[in-house]
Amino acid sequence: MESKLLVNDHEVVVPGQVLAEGIDYFPGIGTYRHEGSVLANQLGLLSIEGKVLKTTPLAGKYLPAKNDVVIGKVVDVLMSGWRFEINSPYSAVLPLKDATSDFIRKGEDLTEYFDLGDQVVCKITQVTSQNLIDVSMKGPGLRKLHGGQFLNITPPKIPRLIGRHASMVSMIAAATGCDIVVGQNGIVWVNGDPLMETIVAQAIVKIEREAHVSGLTDRVKAFLEERTGKPIDMAAVEREAQAREQAASDSRREPRHDFRDDERGGFRGGDRRDFRGPRRDNDQGGERQDFRGPRRDGPRPPRQDSFRNAGDAQ
Amino acid sequence: MTYTRRLDGRKMDEPRQIIAKAGVIKNADGSGYFKIGKTEAYAAVYGPRDLFPKFMQNPERGILRCHYNMMPFAGMGDRVRPGPSRRSKEISMVTGKALSAVVHLDDFPNAVVDVFIELPQTDAGSRCAGICAASIALADAGIMMKDMVAAVAIAHCDGTLVTDPDYEEEHYPDFATEPVADEHVADIPVAMVPSTGEITLLQMDGKVKKETLLEALKIVRPVIVRIADLQRQAIHQKFERWANGED
Repeated sequence: MESKLLVNDHEVVVPGQVLAEGIDYFPGIGTYRHEGSVLANQLGLLSIEGKVLKTTPLAGKYLPAKNDVVIGKVVDVLMSGWRFEINSPYSAVLPLKDATSDFIRKGEDLTEYFDLGDQVVCKITQVTSQNLIDVSMKGPGLRKLHGGQFLNITPPKIPRLIGRHASMVSMIAAATGCDIVVGQNGIVWVNGDPLMETIVAQAIVKIEREAHVSGLTDRVKAFLEERTGKPIDMAAVEREAQAREQAASDSRREPRHDFRDDERGGFRGGDRRDFRGPRRDNDQGGERQDFRGPRRDGPRPPRQDSFRNAGDAQ
Repeated sequence: MTYTRRLDGRKMDEPRQIIAKAGVIKNADGSGYFKIGKTEAYAAVYGPRDLFPKFMQNPERGILRCHYNMMPFAGMGDRVRPGPSRRSKEISMVTGKALSAVVHLDDFPNAVVDVFIELPQTDAGSRCAGICAASIALADAGIMMKDMVAAVAIAHCDGTLVTDPDYEEEHYPDFATEPVADEHVADIPVAMVPSTGEITLLQMDGKVKKETLLEALKIVRPVIVRIADLQRQAIHQKFERWANGED
């Protein structure tokens, strides 16, 4: 049978839509094969790579992945950490040890570090099969956010907002002079002149609505120049983009670990992959770093309440 | 005597006029609108999101929860008492079952996708309209699903199978202009996955012979395929509107 492609590259496709007939085309992400045809199973933009048809989604919730930088909001203070809402069906936990290098005594008030409602940029360090999420504050650019405003964009459209080599977000930042942090979870923090912040918000709405139309960068450029009333300094955009690329280079997104591929069950001979004994992250051999015996800051004060010293005190 | 000319002049296998839209509710993650004849349905999808109460959570995959509701003024005269009724609970359940055959929520353990279906105006076929609207809304929300689910009713009216009956046909003997041989009307709503022909909802109010039921299912398939095309078009139109800077 003659194979036939029924849609063009970069076209919007809808679940159940037949993309190609015949066995010469292969299904990729967001598509599947049914009776010799390739059908879409998610709303998205089609991309044709040789004989493989796949889609990049145009809607949907944020699914956490390791090494994603996200913007979260404190919704609960735990015994030894904080719980963050990260614009996803699942909440993330920031353990104490990944929040600060300060020594924190047992029972200390954790709200001095992050209080309810505080918003932070953090990085996802671990995601389990049940989507339990750990985040960390240790890394370049990870911090608590003060002031500014928080904007939303559909998470799958984040790559369009950032652009190739951070070109889009750098252009918006350079044109408006605003500080912009883009979380992979679809939350964008903007801080700058209030008027310029509104222009950023409008630009983001434009990207949200026109993400599926090609030539987006040029249209956003024209929009920014019209609204700010001055041409964009492309050299500044270039500098901004380089800085962002540099910052992002050590926090690359890792693909989601597919737990279904894992070998199931417990010990089957050989090394267990999930457990190789207790953690030895800081173990360089030699003396233990975390405990060097009891504290010896100075002479201990005599114990006032003890039976033995009761007579001396009088 | 048989039913040879339909009361509103449609062909036997012709559904009422259909209008389908996507992205009609701004605050929802996905939304759909489906109007067939005088029956109108809005559907809003929220999620996947955290599911409470916790005992409902499924650690293997996300669940789909449907809520069907007729608005108080939606009926044919009498006020529909608001709140869940025996009927609306049943329809919510069968709608959920009709839709969960296509959705794939393995990536969202312990989460829920909520579907709210509201009917501002009804004139027979409201569960089918609700399923069609919900299907548009789910696709619009970016939920992974192997196909749209389309639904339509078919009725056995005085010896004839008619597609997508309206209120008058459902109560044919009361509205008949010709003498009626068979007082009995059977109403059969069907939801199908168009690409595979899987039946995800099949109910019947009344009774028919086995052969008639099989005949009905044969007649309904092409109509289902056409409705599914309209549902997909609705989503394409949303993106065309957005590309043109419209709302």
